[in-house]
Amino acid sequence: MTNLTDLGIAAIRDGFKAGDFTARDVASAFNDAVAGAKALNAFIVETPEIALAAADQADKDRAAGTLKPLSGVPIGMKDLFATKDVQTTAASHILEGFVPQYESTVSGKLWNAGAGMLGKLNLDQFAMGSSNETSFFGNVISPWRRNNGDTAALAPGGSSGGTSSAIAARLVPGATGTDTGGSIRQPAAFTGISGIKPTYGRCSRWGIVAFASSLDQAGPMARDVRDCAILLENMAGFDPKDSTSLDLAVPNWEAALSSDLKGKRVGIPKEYRVDGMPAEIDALWEQGIAWLKDAGAEIVNVSLPHTQYALPAYYIIAPAEASSNLARYDGVRYGLRDLPDGANLQDMYAATRAAGFGDEVKRRILIGTYVLSAGFYDAYYTQAQKVRTLIARDFDQAWEKCDLLLTPTAPSAAFGLGEKSDDPLAMYLNDVFTVPTSLAGLPAMSVPGGLDALGLPLGLQIIGKALDEQTVLNAGLAIEERAGFTARADKWW
Amino acid sequence: MSESTYRIQGTTGEWEVVIGLEVHAQVTSNSKLFSGAAASFGAEPNTQVSLVDAAMPGMLPVPNAECIRQAVRTGIAIDAQINRWSRFDRKNYFYADLPQGYQISQLYHPLVGEGHLDIDADEKAGILEAKRIGVERIHVEQDAGKLMHDQHPTRSYVDLNRSGVALMEIVSRPDMTSPAEAGAYLRKLRAILRYVGSCDGNMEEGSMRADVNVSVRRAGEELGTRTETKNVNSVRFVMQAIEHEANRQVDVLEAGGKIVQETRLFNPDTGTTRSMRSKEDAHDYRYFPDPDLLPLELTEAFVEECRASLLELPDAKRARYVDVLGISAYNAAVLTAEVETARWFEALLKEGAEAKQAANWVMSELFGALNRLGKSIEDSPVSPAQAAELLTLVTDGTLSGSLAKQVFEKMLETGDSAGTIVERDGLKQTSDTGAIEAVIADVLAKNPGQLEQYRSGKEALFGFFVGQTMKAMAGKANPAVVNELLKKALG
Repeated sequence: MTNLTDLGIAAIRDGFKAGDFTARDVASAFNDAVAGAKALNAFIVETPEIALAAADQADKDRAAGTLKPLSGVPIGMKDLFATKDVQTTAASHILEGFVPQYESTVSGKLWNAGAGMLGKLNLDQFAMGSSNETSFFGNVISPWRRNNGDTAALAPGGSSGGTSSAIAARLVPGATGTDTGGSIRQPAAFTGISGIKPTYGRCSRWGIVAFASSLDQAGPMARDVRDCAILLENMAGFDPKDSTSLDLAVPNWEAALSSDLKGKRVGIPKEYRVDGMPAEIDALWEQGIAWLKDAGAEIVNVSLPHTQYALPAYYIIAPAEASSNLARYDGVRYGLRDLPDGANLQDMYAATRAAGFGDEVKRRILIGTYVLSAGFYDAYYTQAQKVRTLIARDFDQAWEKCDLLLTPTAPSAAFGLGEKSDDPLAMYLNDVFTVPTSLAGLPAMSVPGGLDALGLPLGLQIIGKALDEQTVLNAGLAIEERAGFTARADKWW
Repeated sequence: MSESTYRIQGTTGEWEVVIGLEVHAQVTSNSKLFSGAAASFGAEPNTQVSLVDAAMPGMLPVPNAECIRQAVRTGIAIDAQINRWSRFDRKNYFYADLPQGYQISQLYHPLVGEGHLDIDADEKAGILEAKRIGVERIHVEQDAGKLMHDQHPTRSYVDLNRSGVALMEIVSRPDMTSPAEAGAYLRKLRAILRYVGSCDGNMEEGSMRADVNVSVRRAGEELGTRTETKNVNSVRFVMQAIEHEANRQVDVLEAGGKIVQETRLFNPDTGTTRSMRSKEDAHDYRYFPDPDLLPLELTEAFVEECRASLLELPDAKRARYVDVLGISAYNAAVLTAEVETARWFEALLKEGAEAKQAANWVMSELFGALNRLGKSIEDSPVSPAQAAELLTLVTDGTLSGSLAKQVFEKMLETGDSAGTIVERDGLKQTSDTGAIEAVIADVLAKNPGQLEQYRSGKEALFGFFVGQTMKAMAGKANPAVVNELLKKALG
């Protein structure tokens, strides 16, 4: 019998349906893998009993002939999604011990589709970070190591670092992520897996701890493109409880998957050739172009002239929204309360928030508060919104010449933990290729393309037109088929 | 447009007062502005709180169309511009009664733009002519919760029932120049809100509160520095707050001081205001567009539906009462001042009462009785249908005015209909000339002295004979017939 944890979502779904194994077998195998991977610190809460209960239900449903789309499939849930009766922390001390009385729309959809929960996955605190070093519950370690004998712990990317690490280490076959400026795509690239951020509004934000409301978007991460399509179909959909949710039917992305790109024009944006980018990434990009050409696509050069302003605009808009979104964590109603002796209300706020938020969260709250302040608002926030409009226009103009864009996902392979944590600007630069898409609300995905000289995965990013996740997935599939990426991290944990 | 005659007499001369009001009116709606929780008054603490109102992690606001509709209807009622495109902004500040850490409001693009309402002349109050008061804008926003400091010796409690309830902030132009004008504006605004049905106008329960902006200046000078007195919750208190604040400012200025732009609090027990915080301490609210909400775009059809849903408003109604129904201007003003009164009065007309007679009867008899009983017109023990029956009995001669009063009293006591009471108690008036003539003869015979005086020219005694005759007939004689026959008998 194959090792069940080597199976992806589609393989588990189909094998379970065919009677090759029970759902309980699957859940148990993954539960064991999770229990044996403490060294990766990918989980904040493990929920083996919930995974087993869902599996037992799936086994009953199979016997009764009432299978659901994800029956028998256990997954991980990023700890930014509120899960009823299961602690939800956003990896912050300020929410430690918080147990929601409600279920986020996206997680609820997945459970209704028959999926089971293996646990709540670690992340950068409030999804703020690109290396998973800002979690109150400790760094997540990537299962990957450099092939030069160096055993330095590497970053799994962020903010969905628990998700990427767990998938790459075969602790879960797939899991949810959220992406505000690259938090699905960059960790996927760092760990050799796939992840898609759908069009803003495809997935409900209801019940997801907010970071930057106008950018936050949930999406799936998994081992391959098909698995991403399957999960996304069961996450997306209109939600009247989210005013920014799109009232559109969910396409049958999996069924329409096709790696034939005939008639598609792929744009290569010249502004994404940045100084100091490793030659290997440039080479992979060229390889990706060749693969898409091979799949029948036509390659065109395009320009996204305002790209260089995207990162500064993002680091104004996202902190501005965050500074307001995080005001609710005040020690009054739930979560941490630090009430020094003789403290008044202001003292309680100060003590609670000082103790509850990590440094990166505080940094962004300060930036956000500053850029929204009287006298600075126009120079920063208003200006950043104008840039955002120009970025979106860049893409609109590009779509006159092409149907999708191909770029590297990140300007480097995974770096070592601690290497950039003292330099916020260097850390922010990691998002340079992913942020413009977020500002424009477009669908984008990262798929693994190959390994660098140190044996670390590199990802390629496909960006599509609004609502055209299908073309993005199809191009991802075309690369996946040609890249033949089978490398995996050797188990050391 | 004439200015009011209101002036503050300082030791160095006269000062004018300039007043603007920001009224917070709670929108009448079953649920809150952005959540499905109930919005009614007086429930047990924290029983009307949704996950959204408590700002639980990941909760999102969804606009309640009914609240938007009510604000648009209010805007139409004050002839204001309805903005087809508006947007919600966050006003950020920390307080324990504000779960989100921000209030969702509309700073940059309010739902309703420039409008106005007219206040009436009131010579007694020093308002010499009717005056138009500009309304700069109406925006919708969330109310905060309530802190309770009297539940525990060292702790404060928070009640979130009000948290998220929809408010309209109605911002006037600084067009008022006396406490009386401000009072008239508030009363008129309250009447309009109640006619529209967008706010119950109940100031005691906090459904309507005013922030009062006051400054003083010498005639013809530039506007002075203003202060803002927050959350004043009755018309009388608003007028008191203005009076006190204007006089205080004059005292400061005449003593060589300067007015500080600041927020003040009104103390209803003393009728005075005191400083709460100065501009330097003012919050930086860091307003920015709420990214959880899309801009609010209204269709023409929605606005038209709002317009069509509005019933006749007080000014139009009053004009119609005068012009079409022939009711006196004073009566028309009183009958239309409150929507409940107008509604009752129009029900009375619908039951067949004649307008002028009905107006007089409501103004004197009904109001008198309600006043005595301490009841509002909605709780009147006599229904419009019952009142119409009573008035018909007067019109058709069955009852005299004084008999009608007696019957009405019995109606109030027993709840019986006028017809029943007339039949049962034999209160019908009589026009039987033979019977009346016999009584007159008897009265004249019994009062020879008065008869003598009358005939020698003291004609005022005519009323005496009418009274005696009516008394002898237990009030049931038709007064017109009595008059006529008495004149004949006294020759």
